[in-house]
Amino acid sequence: MTFDPVDHMVAEATDLEHSARIGAIMNSEPGQAKGAPDAPPKMASRNLRVHYGDKQALHDVSLDIPVNQVTAFIGPSGCGKSTYLRCLNRMNDNIDICRVDGSVTLDGREIYAKDQDVVQLRTRIGMVFQKPNPFPKSIFDNVAYGPRIHGIARDREELNGIVLGSLERAGLLEEVRDRLDAPGIGLSGGQQQRLCIARAIAVRPEVILMDEPCSALDPIATERVEELIMELKAQYTIVMVTHSMQQARRVSDRTAFFHLGNLVEHGATSEVFENPRDDRTKDYVTGRIG
Amino acid sequence: MTETSETQARVARRLASRHGGEKRFKFIALVAAWIGLVFLGVLLFTVIESGHTAILQTKMLLKVTLQESDLQSNDGGDRAQAIAGANYNAVLKRTMRETFPDAKSRSDKRSMYRLVSVAAPYEIREAMLEHEDPVGKTLGIWVSASDDVDLIIKGTVPRTAPADQRHLSDKQMKWLEGHESAGGVEAKFNTTFFTSGDSREPELAGILGGAVGSLYAILVCLAISFPLGVMSAVYLECFAPKNRITEFIEVNINNLAAVPSIVFGLLGLAIFLNTFMLPRSAPLVGGMVLSLLTLPTIIIAGRAAIKSVPPSVREAALALGASPIQAVFHHVLPLAMPGILTGTIIGTAGALGETAPLLMIGMVAFIVDVPTSVTDPATVLPVQIFLWSDIPEKAFAERTSAAILVLLSFVCLLNLFAVYLRKRFETRW
Amino acid sequence: MGILIAASSVAILTTVGIVLSLIFESIQFFRQIPITDFVFGLHWSPQTAIREDQVGASGAFGAIPLLVGTLLISAIALCVSGPVGLMAAIYLGEYASARFRSIVKPVLEALAGIPTVVYGFFAAIVVAPMLRNGGEAIGLDVSSESALAAGLVMGIMTIPFVSSISDDAITAVPESLKEAALGLGSTRSEAIRNVILPAALPGIAGGLLLAASRVIGETMIVVMAAGLAAKLTVNPLDAVTTVTVQIVTLLTGDQEFDSPKTLAAFALGLMLFLVTLALNVTALRIVKAYREQYD
Repeated sequence: MTFDPVDHMVAEATDLEHSARIGAIMNSEPGQAKGAPDAPPKMASRNLRVHYGDKQALHDVSLDIPVNQVTAFIGPSGCGKSTYLRCLNRMNDNIDICRVDGSVTLDGREIYAKDQDVVQLRTRIGMVFQKPNPFPKSIFDNVAYGPRIHGIARDREELNGIVLGSLERAGLLEEVRDRLDAPGIGLSGGQQQRLCIARAIAVRPEVILMDEPCSALDPIATERVEELIMELKAQYTIVMVTHSMQQARRVSDRTAFFHLGNLVEHGATSEVFENPRDDRTKDYVTGRIG
Repeated sequence: MTETSETQARVARRLASRHGGEKRFKFIALVAAWIGLVFLGVLLFTVIESGHTAILQTKMLLKVTLQESDLQSNDGGDRAQAIAGANYNAVLKRTMRETFPDAKSRSDKRSMYRLVSVAAPYEIREAMLEHEDPVGKTLGIWVSASDDVDLIIKGTVPRTAPADQRHLSDKQMKWLEGHESAGGVEAKFNTTFFTSGDSREPELAGILGGAVGSLYAILVCLAISFPLGVMSAVYLECFAPKNRITEFIEVNINNLAAVPSIVFGLLGLAIFLNTFMLPRSAPLVGGMVLSLLTLPTIIIAGRAAIKSVPPSVREAALALGASPIQAVFHHVLPLAMPGILTGTIIGTAGALGETAPLLMIGMVAFIVDVPTSVTDPATVLPVQIFLWSDIPEKAFAERTSAAILVLLSFVCLLNLFAVYLRKRFETRW
Repeated sequence: MGILIAASSVAILTTVGIVLSLIFESIQFFRQIPITDFVFGLHWSPQTAIREDQVGASGAFGAIPLLVGTLLISAIALCVSGPVGLMAAIYLGEYASARFRSIVKPVLEALAGIPTVVYGFFAAIVVAPMLRNGGEAIGLDVSSESALAAGLVMGIMTIPFVSSISDDAITAVPESLKEAALGLGSTRSEAIRNVILPAALPGIAGGLLLAASRVIGETMIVVMAAGLAAKLTVNPLDAVTTVTVQIVTLLTGDQEFDSPKTLAAFALGLMLFLVTLALNVTALRIVKAYREQYD
């Protein structure tokens, strides 16, 4: 499998060291990180193009998302990283003028296939949004929402178990254990975002998409959420859009850099930040462009 | 992993019924969206179907000869006056006897005379007066048929209908059809409907009285509510300090916008009629009541229009030395005017259709004359519709529907004009 | 500037005028008819009270049948316009194509602009006979002036109003809530029913109260399609009369201004004004509190 940006870079490469490094990347399977066994990508896109009306927002993005790792998308505003994220759980379906071409697969199966049920897809791929958006319901009902509509719990006892378990995994249970009936919007910003994470986890997804989950939070809350993300990756595959490079360096295993609707470069986080191959990547991670 | 696959199994089980629920929900919502469309269609169809025949009025051709002996005896007087004063009842009867020689007995003759409208003698007189020298000549005059004949010729009542619906005896039908095959019965354009006031006889009844009354009332309404409304909007939006009094005024205005219109009628009755002793049933009073109704609409629309003008316009004018009043009236107001006019037109369309408050101030009497000033007793078009709809005579049914069509056309035109104004002057700042 | 202030105070003057005239005339009325008879009386027949020896006869000016009749017809109207208006707003906002919206929205606005006398005509000439004949066909005794006929048409008249206010309330719910619901795998109807409608409920409730206020104060449809006799019943197939019908009946006719009949109309008017005022104020308060929640 070849990746267009890499092809391009190989063609441009002039020095041997450079091409040797590229060759090594080409030969390694995507999703391989830090000694993990040869696992197929959890999700993969090939030649993904997105148009809003006449305007093209994404140009031929081909990318693998490895399982049980945190993949970060970085890039300047408007570069298409959020658009790409929303393609992964077909949230762009809700936008009338948005047209998606190309392929996105989950465990090898095409999610844009005609017979793919979007409702079901979203139980396997959850989403957390930039601004915490708990429902105007109690904390319990927020987390119980997903299991209830999907009929996941057989009885009240099981539902309780799911809710408490999700709250615990999101690191929120201790703080709200005694007030599960209190309204969700009464929590602090950081707590609300963890509530939203608990809500997403409650339907037992395999992938969690996060669209700048910390940009509306203060530093302390941000730290807690970042810790949580790194705990969660053991059980879930996490894809995170972030506008903070430091956050990407702290939290993610792999990073993809987007620029003007193109996937410019991607790879292990340390590689992308310390040895960026493309000039645009280098400019961005060194802060020359923003 | 088994946790996930068990979850997925449970999810999959429910999917079909959830999608079914989605389809049902969407369908119910679609039906709800259609109900308004269907109703409007049925309403328009009903009104058009029952009212379109009112545009025609059946006339019968009579060959009338005015004889010297008919003229009013007038020693050395005006010829025209003599013609005007002739006994046209007698002329009509004579002509009818000549036209329908079969009617011999007294009862036959009486029923034969009833084939034409009670207006027939006057119509003959009008025709005679128009002619230069009618005496001794035989003129072909189309007179209005009676309403029973009218309904049959236009097909509203079938010719084979039983006697209680048809109101014409078999003999009358024979005479009528005989005259018809001779080319003497035709349905012509009903000018009377558009040129006369109300009448007890349906074939003489028209909407002009109601239409002119509405016009006067609306003019009075606009003359009061437009200046007051614009000035209030300007004051509240541009000059009023943010204190309790201003808040109180705003609460009042919002409240008045929601008060039932009949209460305004009670106010008009108690104060305009009783305390100020203004004339009852006059468009002047009707207009005053309507203006109070329309005022909140104009104020609210005006405020919105003024608010949408960017503050930079006012600031620029002030910076160039204009006084605050000048800045608003010379610069801001003209830019807000399209929005204000749109709101005013919509308010006017609403006022045009108002009935209840005008009933309270007496515009519900039976008035024949078309009003010539705002203080003459009059009625308005919606009240005219209300009065006619109560009359059991079938001939009035078609006129009620036709009057509704006229009213709806006016209201529709006003609203379309408002929409046009809004589109034409819609500026994006 | 003085003129501007004077113009603005016309609104206050109008309210003051309404309140004063209603109260003043009502006081005259309550001098002749005890207020308890009016508010709690079960018998309304003003004609029979006019014989000289019977002015003030107890029970002839009891307003309860009028209130019940008004509430009956209003309830029917709201049962039509509430669900239909809300579901129509949902369809137009959530499911309809732009083309469908561009046709149906103007139609609804047109419905809102039709004069009530036309609705009344339709109710009396088309709907009431249809209900009567239909009822006969299935063995039900439907009055030719049934509350059902008037209520149905009033409901249809109010659909655009409810639909417009519901649309505003639904649009005011932040998009992020809908996205969250959809992201969790809700179908669109589930997101609407479980998340958006509960969030929009105060706005919708306020809208319904305002619609109720309109329907209670509506005159022409009931004058033309509802009855004149004050029958105390909750059967929608019966003929009932309303407060507004009686106001019109009492005042259109030849009588002296101060006769008890005329004054009774003002007492009814006062009652109508107070009830609609209470509904409007409550509605606005609910909507205001709800809007603050989302600002």
